[in-house]
Amino acid sequence: MSDNVEKYIKRNVNKGINSRIAQKFVDAGLEVMRSCINCGTCTGGCPSGRRTAYRTRSAIRRALTGDESVLSDIDIWLCSTCYYCYERCPRNIPVTDMIIKLRNIAVEEGYILDPHFSLANDIFYVTGHGVPANGEANKKWQDLRESYGLPPLPPTVHTHPEAVKEVQELLKSVGFTELMENAAKLKGERAKKEEKKEEVK
Amino acid sequence: MNQENQWRYGFFLGCVAPNRYPMIESSIRAVFDHLGAELLELEGAACCPAPGVFRAFHIPSWLIIAARNISIAEELGVSPLTGCNGCYGTLRDAWFEMEHEPHLKKMVNEHLAKIGRKYKGNLEPKHVVQALYLDMGIEYLRDHVKHKFKDLKVAVHYGCHILKPSDKRPWDGEYENPTFLDEIVELTGAKSINYQDKFMCCGAGGAVRTAVKEVSADFTREKLANIREAGADIIIDVCPFCHLQLDLGQMEANGVYKNMIGEPFKTPVIYLTQLLGLSFGIDPNKLGLIKNHNLAGVPPFISIDPFMEIVKEQLI
Ligand code: SF4
Ligand code: SF4
Repeated sequence: MSDNVEKYIKRNVNKGINSRIAQKFVDAGLEVMRSCINCGTCTGGCPSGRRTAYRTRSAIRRALTGDESVLSDIDIWLCSTCYYCYERCPRNIPVTDMIIKLRNIAVEEGYILDPHFSLANDIFYVTGHGVPANGEANKKWQDLRESYGLPPLPPTVHTHPEAVKEVQELLKSVGFTELMENAAKLKGERAKKEEKKEEVK
Repeated sequence: MNQENQWRYGFFLGCVAPNRYPMIESSIRAVFDHLGAELLELEGAACCPAPGVFRAFHIPSWLIIAARNISIAEELGVSPLTGCNGCYGTLRDAWFEMEHEPHLKKMVNEHLAKIGRKYKGNLEPKHVVQALYLDMGIEYLRDHVKHKFKDLKVAVHYGCHILKPSDKRPWDGEYENPTFLDEIVELTGAKSINYQDKFMCCGAGGAVRTAVKEVSADFTREKLANIREAGADIIIDVCPFCHLQLDLGQMEANGVYKNMIGEPFKTPVIYLTQLLGLSFGIDPNKLGLIKNHNLAGVPPFISIDPFMEIVKEQLI
């Protein structure tokens, strides 16, 4: 392809890309979406799109054209990561991976849903499990384990306090804790703005 | 042939099986023991971490915690083995990505060094079904069958991440119409029946269950309606999270979509090794099929009594 044509395509498809967030889309590799031919196979086979307003093709396309509103939309959290779109895309675009990347950017920008935030910070970071069974509140799960001939707690982080520390240290080291603090801050600021708007009304 | 040495795995428990559905953990342990495979404990293992949530929050964190989990198995010189599609998705994708992108492995090891660990990547993470089908093989399993069902109609639920992404799975790229799980199920004399959208997702994954339970329950509703329509006696699955969704989620679908479904759903949900173990002649107590407690609010939420009746009539 000649340089001219290459430039022409870039300019037209990425016309929205000049903001900070749109640049993030590019950095995350979402540009592979440019080979999308809009065939709709991804949307057509999507089990989530069958029952919600979520449209795979449209979510990806919004990101590609630099439309930031895709990050605050609940739609990107409705993908069950079944990987049908990833498998069936005739252009070999790893669609599901792209959605996961969009979610990463959404979290960075503070668009993390409350149940997810609490799962990450109050459960996973504290216990090392996403679904824990330790502590008095979880006594029944320990009893259930015993009733099936297992020790009350599994040989995981639950019986190795030093392992929980390892997990926490890694999460700090890789920037997870910082990311969550920042997400909480951005979320808080946004909520305040909304409150003010309400007051003005 | 020394099978004990041949089939040694590090049993990666994950979260849902040990902490909510321990009957699944028991049955995997019992069946592997029966087959002469050794399961070593992965002491101090954490959440895989769950691909739909933690990977979606921050890919590098997901990769590093996954690498730490795999490294615990590496220290024992064995492949991590999981009975969960979600854990499989995480461990296998993380392993695959680090094998293909050396800079990721390097980045991961820089962090792991801080806690005195190292990720090597020389041992492939495996699913319980992969160990049964590819390591041991269908003939070896057949040799252990003692009892056969005469008339049991099974709706097999593969789930998503045991098959996909297919380029990172061991099934030769097959994801539209695989048969390995049906073959194992049919060893027991049961019939794997066809039903509409058999390979459809249960609805739990991708952070959807955590975020919007009604959407999850609607996936499950559709799945269960198709299964009931086809006349299945039970559902067989190979993932504790699918299992939770098809069992607890079955109750939720019965509530939320009461007006849509007619009769409430009541299809028992059984994990593969529970069924297989019965056919091998393993004590149902060891397979987590007999309730020995008076706890409330614990699974199975959908009674498995109708299934145990069939077991009594046909196997004993
Ligand atoms: S299936 Fe692939 S090419 Fe078709 S619309 Fe979706 S992303 Fe584009
Ligand atoms: S992976 Fe997500 S977007 Fe793709 S088909 Fe499945 S639910 Fe839809």
